[in-house]
Amino acid sequence: MARVRTGVRAVGAVLAMALGVSLAGCSDTGGKRAEDARKAAAGGKAAVNTPRWTFAMITHSGDGDTFWDIVQQGAEQAAVKDNIKFLYSHNDEAQQQAQLVDTAVDKDVDGIIVSLAKPDAMKAAVARAVKAGIPVITVNSGSAESKKFGALTHIGQDETVAGQAVGEELNKRGHKKALCVLHEQGNVGHEQRCDGTKDTFDGKLANLYVDGTNMPDVQAAIEAKLQADDSIDAVVTLGAPFADTAVKAKESAGSKAEIDTFDLNEAVATGLKDGTLGFAVDQQPYLQGYQAVDLLWLYRYNADVLGGGQPVLTGPQIVTEKDAGDLLDYAKRGTR
Amino acid sequence: MTATATAKSADERLVRTSPLRKLLGRPELGSVVGAVAVFVFFTVFADSFLKPTSLATVLYAASTIGIMAVPVALLMIGGEFDLSAGVLVTSSALISSMFSYQMTANVWVGVGVSLLATLAIGVFNGLMLTRTQLPSFIITLGTFLMLTGMNLGFTKLISGTVSTKKISDMEGFASAQDVFASTLTIGDVDFKVTILWWLGMVAVATWILLRTRAGNWIFAAGGNKEAARAVGVPVTATKVGLYMGVGLGAWVAGQHLLFSFDVVQSGEGVGNELTYIIAAVIGGCLITGGYGSAVGSAVGALIFGMTSKGIVFAEWNPDWFKFFLGAMLLLATLLNHWVRRRAEAST
Repeated sequence: MARVRTGVRAVGAVLAMALGVSLAGCSDTGGKRAEDARKAAAGGKAAVNTPRWTFAMITHSGDGDTFWDIVQQGAEQAAVKDNIKFLYSHNDEAQQQAQLVDTAVDKDVDGIIVSLAKPDAMKAAVARAVKAGIPVITVNSGSAESKKFGALTHIGQDETVAGQAVGEELNKRGHKKALCVLHEQGNVGHEQRCDGTKDTFDGKLANLYVDGTNMPDVQAAIEAKLQADDSIDAVVTLGAPFADTAVKAKESAGSKAEIDTFDLNEAVATGLKDGTLGFAVDQQPYLQGYQAVDLLWLYRYNADVLGGGQPVLTGPQIVTEKDAGDLLDYAKRGTR
Repeated sequence: MTATATAKSADERLVRTSPLRKLLGRPELGSVVGAVAVFVFFTVFADSFLKPTSLATVLYAASTIGIMAVPVALLMIGGEFDLSAGVLVTSSALISSMFSYQMTANVWVGVGVSLLATLAIGVFNGLMLTRTQLPSFIITLGTFLMLTGMNLGFTKLISGTVSTKKISDMEGFASAQDVFASTLTIGDVDFKVTILWWLGMVAVATWILLRTRAGNWIFAAGGNKEAARAVGVPVTATKVGLYMGVGLGAWVAGQHLLFSFDVVQSGEGVGNELTYIIAAVIGGCLITGGYGSAVGSAVGALIFGMTSKGIVFAEWNPDWFKFFLGAMLLLATLLNHWVRRRAEAST
């Protein structure tokens, strides 16, 4: 017993010391404290006194996806402002996602936000929600199906339109041969982006499929492609994390290709700022989450609907070096 | 004769065991205790968990796993794994959808072709395993990768996109939907038909395991392959049959996917094989084979369904789901292990 107590005491002493050291050795910049300060400045109080409605958001995000983290961030901040109880769940398997929508309907929530990456799989679940009188807003993917399924409105980016914007930007920058890197086989949105780019791009565009869950593989695949064909002068990745990998691949392949990407994160903003990246197409995920919650609130409060039957587009917004300064700050706090 | 029988009554096989001890010897006992615990837990912590509609959702989730967990459990009792079980479900759905569409045939034709194909893949797995004597881990890992590639490759080749074409306007769709993806309304609660499929499969599998010669073969082949062969158990046929059983389960699950969602995404199913194995293990199947039950796999699937949906009903952060599941798996296995040791020690 005595030995156990000494053990506890020793652990206590170590903990106390560690705490002391960490307090004394505080960083004046960055870190958790800076983050907390930013959060406090952003405010955490409801701006309205409507009843505390419950909204559920169900997405097709995989585990630990940065993009959806930003969507969730936007939704949560709108929820705080609108006095909404916000529930988030996700699954990248269509059947599982549909079952999650079912659970939200069972819970009798006051509004549902859902992404339709695999629209047909979600049809019945969304119909069940609509039938139960729960307003549904679709976000991100599914602009074509949203209205058919009975959703109030769709908030997101039209992937084909976004791809077309990339093709035009590539033309503007004088590229002749580009590579479209798809990191998820089976994602309809990804195909639409590359097809859209092909529509408007005057040069040649080749598709390259890589295994997005295996970064070394992504790098090796892009590297091999660049080595095999040195006439490629632009590489377009479909997700922010892959832009950085493409830069590495380009360097080790000794290629001169410009790396451009869909989506934004801190690394991409930094890359734009220091010129390692050409441009990024932002679909503003923060806005997708924020608007969805806000619109549901507006619908509940005032029967307002936005878009007039058309999807509300959050992108594409082409961002380049000149926007990079501000974007870097926003990306750092996780809202861009 | 009577004299020898009384003389041999000390034989352990003839000792009468008390009902309690018999209960303790059941492989699914640990998982039933676990399931009750999980149920009580979510009843307390999630308000809407006990609502009939919520329970229907939970049962549906459990059934989609359970339909596959039954044959996977039988296979594990027979001493083997199938890592291709997850994508095989997707293959099954893709085959019937694409065959019907491309041939403009009655949907049922595609359904039939898909059944033949999944059974054939089962035969392939079984024969590869018994012929090469390689571990099932390697064989079915190979099948898993090949199927994953073929699902994407063929779908892209045939329909030009990564998902199949709509077949809901084709002949036979409505009746096939009734069979594989309809809803039964009891009171005002909708139950998915997969729940019936699941219960049916559990009943049939339990009957095979406990009441037929094939059931003895499965236990024997999983317990000790060589000894089983020596006493005349057709080990090869048993294992091929077990893999065909997985094919059959994948066919049912796949047809459900197709007829409830109409369009199938070719990249799905990866990772689900583990879910089925976890359900079987939580349900008391031994990884080493020779021990387990079909009812146990159903309880395992039910625990899976309750946990995955219960966390949502309880409004917890889904980031913790995998942790919860892992803890549950460990606890269930430990409990099983403990119960079995107690049961063995007392006989």
